[in-house]
Amino acid sequence: MEQYTSQVKIYTVWELTQEIKSTLEQTFPALWVEGEISNLSQPFSGHVYFTLKDESAQIRCVLWRNIAEYLPFQIEDGQHVIVLAKLSVYEKQGQYQLYVEDLHPVGIGKLELAFQQLKEKLYNEGLFDERHKQPIPKFPQRIGIVTSPTGAAIRDILKITRRRFPAVELILRPVRVQGEGAAEEIVQAIAEFNQFRVVDVLIVGRGGGSLEDLWAFNEEKVARAIFVSRIPIVSAVGHEIDFTIVDFVADLRAPTPSAAVEMILPDRKELAKEIRNVSRRLVSAQHSLIDSYRQRLKSVLTSYGLKRPADILLQNRQRLDELIRQISIAAANLLQHAQQKFSTSVGRLNALSPLAVLERGYSVCYKLPEKKIVKIASSLKLKDELEVLLWKGKVHSQVTAIYPE
Amino acid sequence: MPAQKQSFEKALSRLEEIAEKLESGDLPLEESLKIFKEGIELSRWCSQVLNQTESELKKLVKLEGKKFKLEPLDLESENEAE
Repeated sequence: MEQYTSQVKIYTVWELTQEIKSTLEQTFPALWVEGEISNLSQPFSGHVYFTLKDESAQIRCVLWRNIAEYLPFQIEDGQHVIVLAKLSVYEKQGQYQLYVEDLHPVGIGKLELAFQQLKEKLYNEGLFDERHKQPIPKFPQRIGIVTSPTGAAIRDILKITRRRFPAVELILRPVRVQGEGAAEEIVQAIAEFNQFRVVDVLIVGRGGGSLEDLWAFNEEKVARAIFVSRIPIVSAVGHEIDFTIVDFVADLRAPTPSAAVEMILPDRKELAKEIRNVSRRLVSAQHSLIDSYRQRLKSVLTSYGLKRPADILLQNRQRLDELIRQISIAAANLLQHAQQKFSTSVGRLNALSPLAVLERGYSVCYKLPEKKIVKIASSLKLKDELEVLLWKGKVHSQVTAIYPE
Repeated sequence: MPAQKQSFEKALSRLEEIAEKLESGDLPLEESLKIFKEGIELSRWCSQVLNQTESELKKLVKLEGKKFKLEPLDLESENEAE
């Protein structure tokens, strides 16, 4: 034992590990490895640990947090991936492992995978549910736009607005629509529109581009900002064939920015036709209404009902005349009658007056001294004194002879 | 004409309502004349709105605190600034 040790180099564990490590690192500078992910773990630190395996072997992998953060999709057990990695040794455990620099899904693009994953996640959360869709106002007065001030989208929107229904205000909140920070700006713009409440509807979008160009509209934070917006949002991203996460969560999906305007704004030509129609209805209805009033007026004027009061008046007037005449006659009669009666009475009174009898030659004979009217000759005696009342004056006389019967 | 002072939607539905009322024919004459006049005015106003040719384009600018303003926006100058 002693002799061996003097001839042979003896490594410490650390020295050997260093040897292995440098050999590995030099032999395999950077490499691509294909395999399936298993034993995935992602502790609080944010670093990702997993095993890459195929049917007959496996190898430990580490993905540092700063790299993991930039992967658009979620790493999951069972994913078939190709990793770009450096091979090295984790000295503490004497374990060789791959330090992953980049990770690509196999058979599908990174972004496509991310898109699918996010779509599934948000779908399961119910963000795409019909019941969350807000109605788009029929005649918006102000339209908010979240897009780039220099892109094709805002130009198209302006052009179609002028053609379709120019009497609206377009309010742009300029944002970057691609590259670093674009998603954050879009989120901020949607939040500001919701804070200030100056528009009836929002168009969020941009013109066409590659999947990478459109990526901001596939980001989760943008999807969530659209979901919580209380202003209805129309998504208008890219061309007809492009679908983004924003399209699923928006209240209405328009295939392009131009189409968004066409879907939001009514067509003024149609409306002008409608207004003309209604106005025509208005005028003809008013005409026939006035006509019918004229007819009614005419028929009322000639109706018995309206003539009746005049008739009654005339009749009454006549009746009044009649009454007056009757009263006059009655009064005249009454007067005449009274006069007649009066003269009769006077006549009778005259006839009854003894003076009137005397006037006709009769005389009244009183026996004196009792001045008793003498009606029977035998009631007198000779020498009785008499007073005889004549029509004018009286005489005093004495009975000288009596002739009874 | 500036931006719509009243809602086009309300004006249009009121106009239709008036047409229906008049067509029903059972309005007092005075009332019918009143709403007929209103209807004609509405229809004129709607036509004016429809005949407007320019759209106003503005920019939403957030200010300090909870304030904001709307600035006129010219797309050409935005392009040059880029």
